[in-house]
Amino acid sequence: MLERYSTAASTYAHWIDYQFLLIAVLVGFWLIVAEAVMFWLIFKFRAKDGRPTQYITGEESHLKRWITIPHLLVILCDIVIIVPAIMVWYNIKQVLPPPDETVRVIGQQWAWSFQQAGADGILDTADDIRTVGELHVKVNTTYHFELMSRDVVHSFAVPAFRLKQDALPGRIITGWFRPNRVGTYDIQCTQMCGIGHALMAGRIIVETQQDHAAWLLQNSSPALAGQQVTPGTAAAGLTMAEMRP
Amino acid sequence: MSTEVQHAEPGIFHKYFFSTDHKMIAMQYLFTGMAMALLGGFFAYAFRMQLGFPNQHVPGYGIVTPGKYNALVTMHGSVMIFWVAMPVLIAAFGNFLIPLMVGCDDMAFPRINRLSYQIFLLSALVLLSSFLVKGGPFGGAWTAYPPLSAVGAYNLTPIGATLWLLAVALEFVAFLLGGINFTVTTMNSRAPGMKMYDIPLVVWMIVLASIIFMCSAGPLIAGAVMLLFDQTMSTGFFDPTRGGDPLLWQHLFWFFGHPEVYVVLLPAMGIVAEVVAVFARKKIFGYKTVLYTTWAVGFLSFVVWAHHQFVAGIDPRMANIFSITTLLISVPITEMIFLYIATLYGGSIHLDTPMLWALGFIAEFMIGGVTGIFLGSSGTDIYLHDTYFVIAHFHYTFVPIAIIAVYAGITFWYPKMFGRMLNETLGKIHFWGTVIPFNVIFIPLFITGTAGDQRRVYSYAQFAEQSRPALQHLRTTSTIALLVMLAFQFVFLFNFFWSLRNGPSAGPNPWRSATLEWTVPSPPPHGNFAELPTVYRGPYEYGLPGLADDFLPQSVPDQAVGD
Amino acid sequence: MSASAKPIANTRSGTGIPTVRLITWWVIASEIVIFGGLLATYVMHRLGHPEWTEAASHTNTWAGAFNTFVLLTSSLCAVLAHQAADAHDGPKAAKMLRLTVLGGLIFLTVKGFEWTKDIHEGFVLSSGGFWSFYYTLAGLHGLHVLAGMIIMLIVAADAAKNQELQRVECIGLYWHFVDIVWIFLFPLLYIAR
Repeated sequence: MLERYSTAASTYAHWIDYQFLLIAVLVGFWLIVAEAVMFWLIFKFRAKDGRPTQYITGEESHLKRWITIPHLLVILCDIVIIVPAIMVWYNIKQVLPPPDETVRVIGQQWAWSFQQAGADGILDTADDIRTVGELHVKVNTTYHFELMSRDVVHSFAVPAFRLKQDALPGRIITGWFRPNRVGTYDIQCTQMCGIGHALMAGRIIVETQQDHAAWLLQNSSPALAGQQVTPGTAAAGLTMAEMRP
Repeated sequence: MSTEVQHAEPGIFHKYFFSTDHKMIAMQYLFTGMAMALLGGFFAYAFRMQLGFPNQHVPGYGIVTPGKYNALVTMHGSVMIFWVAMPVLIAAFGNFLIPLMVGCDDMAFPRINRLSYQIFLLSALVLLSSFLVKGGPFGGAWTAYPPLSAVGAYNLTPIGATLWLLAVALEFVAFLLGGINFTVTTMNSRAPGMKMYDIPLVVWMIVLASIIFMCSAGPLIAGAVMLLFDQTMSTGFFDPTRGGDPLLWQHLFWFFGHPEVYVVLLPAMGIVAEVVAVFARKKIFGYKTVLYTTWAVGFLSFVVWAHHQFVAGIDPRMANIFSITTLLISVPITEMIFLYIATLYGGSIHLDTPMLWALGFIAEFMIGGVTGIFLGSSGTDIYLHDTYFVIAHFHYTFVPIAIIAVYAGITFWYPKMFGRMLNETLGKIHFWGTVIPFNVIFIPLFITGTAGDQRRVYSYAQFAEQSRPALQHLRTTSTIALLVMLAFQFVFLFNFFWSLRNGPSAGPNPWRSATLEWTVPSPPPHGNFAELPTVYRGPYEYGLPGLADDFLPQSVPDQAVGD
Repeated sequence: MSASAKPIANTRSGTGIPTVRLITWWVIASEIVIFGGLLATYVMHRLGHPEWTEAASHTNTWAGAFNTFVLLTSSLCAVLAHQAADAHDGPKAAKMLRLTVLGGLIFLTVKGFEWTKDIHEGFVLSSGGFWSFYYTLAGLHGLHVLAGMIIMLIVAADAAKNQELQRVECIGLYWHFVDIVWIFLFPLLYIAR
């Protein structure tokens, strides 16, 4: 149901979409029933000359049943909803599958910048690729992202992945995603961060192994492959050590 | 028993500006709240015009720049919650109704009551003053998360930010003071014979709301002091580079923020209960159960707050606990709604304007309630957090609370407050002209939110997936529906002010209600009761068999029954 | 309505508890939530920042201890004031209340000297985590002491004329609350290592 409104491009997007559909069906059912009952009662008991009202306190057990039983069924539905909800949450936010690659995502007023391994495949070396506003990733590859902010609270969101995580200054928060559909998708900031909040757009480009390899070679300097970076030097650029308070 | 205290008629200045009469204070809160509602509505007009017709000049406002947009949404949210919903639902109705409904001559502490309004008015003036300062009003969202809200260089509205914070703090003090009177008067000043379960539900609800507010406001007041110091005294309570924590503010804010929604919900449900009972001519189904579920909601409201923070960077394990408690709180609320619907069974329903509003509340609030489940479920909240789905959800709860239930209350008690009847035809036109467009505003926003529209952005031009023409059509539809809804509010304003002078005279009890406020003249005189009443039964004795009339007022002695 | 005429709403007692005591408990309850929130926040921060112990060692424990003694003694005077009010001895109640206020004055004066010294040594509100909390907590408490003193003097003025004696107990309750907050603050700010 959600996929009708937003392309699903990651493995866990589908879990969230199923959960959305489950909730929609269950609450939709109860909403329709409750509204129907209410409108039916309004119609049936509209004021009629000569028909007095009934004196009902609500303690009558044959009437209370009509509340207690639906009430228990609602509780049952709540349980049917909460169990998979927790499972989805657990598998997205609590348990991170081992990464094939790791990228760093840095939010600031008002842009997203990224750091990923260059051709040497190792993060925090001299040939790392640093981009602003655009992140290139491979399809069918599990990524960890290390999210940080330079100033205020931002939020890194990729609707097509169903990914969202607030970025806090002074903290590094790790999450994961595994894209399963080639394409270019929006990155949004989803936490009020000042007047440039609507300008913090980015793109995440999911490409095939070959396309990504080609892009890597174009953007990474082979001469620097494997070289360690001294923290605090110009070559270090933005390192984790810099981000710690 | 006659009134022992002499209430002399006061002079004009004392009557309107320095009155300690609870009814006058109620009017002060009501009119201030209504004026602020016009302002809050204007802000919505401006920012929705930007969203519906991007980057066009907005008539009556100008161009909505990104900075202005942020200020508009911040002020809209803040004004509607703190300066409209709370003063009207709690302070206006609470002040007007409680002494009358419990059968006494005023609030227990009239001068503290007056002080509470004065502080409230001051808070509104402080907020409005932020429109005149350099940088303009605060633009960091009503949730004011630091570091954005703490550092002027980040929010670019430093003076506005501090004025906003002071205004909110003053408003809190005003309502802490007001709560004294609602609670103490209800506990102590009841008419002889009025036991706990004879108290009308609206009075219970306002008292419980005041208690919930008092218990939840403290940590945020502490947080506000800390934020104020961060803004003005170079402290670093929320600054991670100085050992502080931005998440701390979020916890303090939402520990208050979640109970706050029940602080406004409860009085609304109370109003709806009164109206439904009178216009269905029926006792509330399960009065005691309604109370028990309300206490359950009140208690549970303190343990759900972090559902606003699922993706905020809290420990992910915490999210599961809050997801469970959040779904749990839907259980007593569902029961309350079922009880209200059950009250209709066996009744004799008269669809006068107040009843239309009360039934409209139930129908619309249910949509708000069920859509909350999508957000309380932590898994789906990952996607929906900070999208327009959230906005649509809380408007489907807040608009019933702050607009629909308020209109139910105003149309119901207007005759008592002003001694005149409102025009029924205009009332019905206003009702349909509000409720239908309301749905046309927010159903499209459920869709755009599901499609990924994020909150608090003045334009989607930078986002390819949000720039699909279908989405813009939905946004424009929503804006046009808002224009229609706003236009119909003029019908109400006309009806309200015209009827003050030209409406038919209202007797003491035009709706044939059983509660005490309808036993005094409309409007009630200073001191309320010529003879203070004694109470003999509960507030909803409708449909009693064997009576000449279909209701029995609370203060009619038993031996008079059957006369 | 004339200023001295109380509405019947004020004199009724559906719960059996006088209204003036209900309002006192309400005020105390709301203050408990405010101070509770601030204290809980401080305690959580303190637990997460062991390095604050160094900063905390600069607080003057003797001044804090003396102030604790002063406040406790003043609370005793408030109790005696209540006793006098119960015995309908307004002038004596007023005298005891004024002694309580004197205790508050000594408390604030000692605090004044204490803070002057701290500020001279460079410890101000913005000096970092511990000091921000210290000044905020103790400052908020001090404001409540001051407010209590002012209200107490007003109540004493009425009590001296044998008027509104029921308020003596209530301002005494408030004063005990202010005392109890200090009993929490003193170990947490001055002693905790």
